Amino acid sequence: MVRYEAPQTTPEAIALLASAKGRVHILAGGTDLIVRMKGEYIEPDVIVDIKRIKSMQSIRKTAAGTSIGAAATCGSMGRHKALKKAWPGVVEAANLIGSDQIQGRCTIVGNLCNASPAADSIPALIAAGAQALVIGPKGERLLDVDKIPTGPGKNSLKKGEMVVSIELPARAPRSADAYLRFTPRTEMDIAVVSAAVNLTIDKKSVITEARVVLGAVAITAIRVPAAEAALIGNTLDEATLAAVAEACSAACNPINDKRGTVEYRTRVAGVLAKRAAQSAWARAGGKA
Amino acid sequence: MTQLVNTQINGDAVGFACEIDETLLDVLRNRVGLSGAKEGCGTGDCGACSVILDGTLVCSCLVLGVEAEGRKVETVEGLSDGADLHPLQTKFIEHAALQCGICTPGFLMAAKALLKNNPDPTEEEIRYALAGNLCRCTGYDKIVRAVQATAADMRGS
Repeated sequence: MVRYEAPQTTPEAIALLASAKGRVHILAGGTDLIVRMKGEYIEPDVIVDIKRIKSMQSIRKTAAGTSIGAAATCGSMGRHKALKKAWPGVVEAANLIGSDQIQGRCTIVGNLCNASPAADSIPALIAAGAQALVIGPKGERLLDVDKIPTGPGKNSLKKGEMVVSIELPARAPRSADAYLRFTPRTEMDIAVVSAAVNLTIDKKSVITEARVVLGAVAITAIRVPAAEAALIGNTLDEATLAAVAEACSAACNPINDKRGTVEYRTRVAGVLAKRAAQSAWARAGGKA
Repeated sequence: MTQLVNTQINGDAVGFACEIDETLLDVLRNRVGLSGAKEGCGTGDCGACSVILDGTLVCSCLVLGVEAEGRKVETVEGLSDGADLHPLQTKFIEHAALQCGICTPGFLMAAKALLKNNPDPTEEEIRYALAGNLCRCTGYDKIVRAVQATAADMRGS
């Protein structure tokens, strides 16, 4: 017999998670949870709906950057002008998930915790250097987002823990990010390959900081340090772009399935990383 | 375990009792007697069950009935004013933008949500906004034309 709880505050939610017996599932957007319930992949004993908690709905500026609550929808991220300006790549990744109907419900915290290797927001969040604020019975901890997914559908959260927000760092001048994915259709599809690039340039358009992340080419999204090293200290010339593409293709360890072969995903990863780097560089004000 | 839920549907206060794992779509159809929203896929892919929840377009198959407590639900039944059809309904008929009709309530609600936020959408914007709604018989062109014609009509041009 399933029980439904809709707490009004975070402490109430944490207390419920800690005390509830059996299988406890958090309901935010429900776009994965309810599908799994219907398919009988999961049978919750307790559903904790966090959408009545005001702070979970909010996207707000903090001393350290921007905080996105666990129940803030991806659609609301797209309507948030300051967030879009600071983190265009994170927002474009979040807004690629599903249709308008799904955007009205789905959340990046849900996307992160569901831990699909092809999740759109995860590469962008890792590239952004985002952290997840995790609260549980033993208190709070801040985790780099790449520590949350551990494999397809698996995350590192312990019993009673939940991600309450995503914390994005403050932006240095001349910084920008970008996210690109390849899908056979323009909408309503799952990434065959994806790439996120976040970089900072100096006044001469030389790249001083870079993070490059690929999605859907391994069991989790992966950072590509060799591609980052190829970017840092250079402008975005042909040789740099070629080195980025080569490093990204070399880092791939994808599956072979009907949506893309190993060879195809490996090749396209390099192409997308190059284009994402060009987009991020242009957004940061980079000039050749 | 059933739970009592008080909500507002198409402007009327409505109370219902439902199971915790019952979707808003099932509640609307089986308990409230509003069968306009349809179940196509039941997994949020087809949009036939689209309703507007507190101003936001959602798939009612991916919302639990209990979540509707204290919220406002708009369904296709609330579009017309008695016998007076909503401009979208009129234009869908004029443009023959429906055949079997299963997808139509979802398209109407998605189009309503679009036009509220964007009274003058481009064709591309319409196609993106309706990407979450699938139609297997009429095809999308007539639907897009009907939405364009409605937008022009509602803008008074």
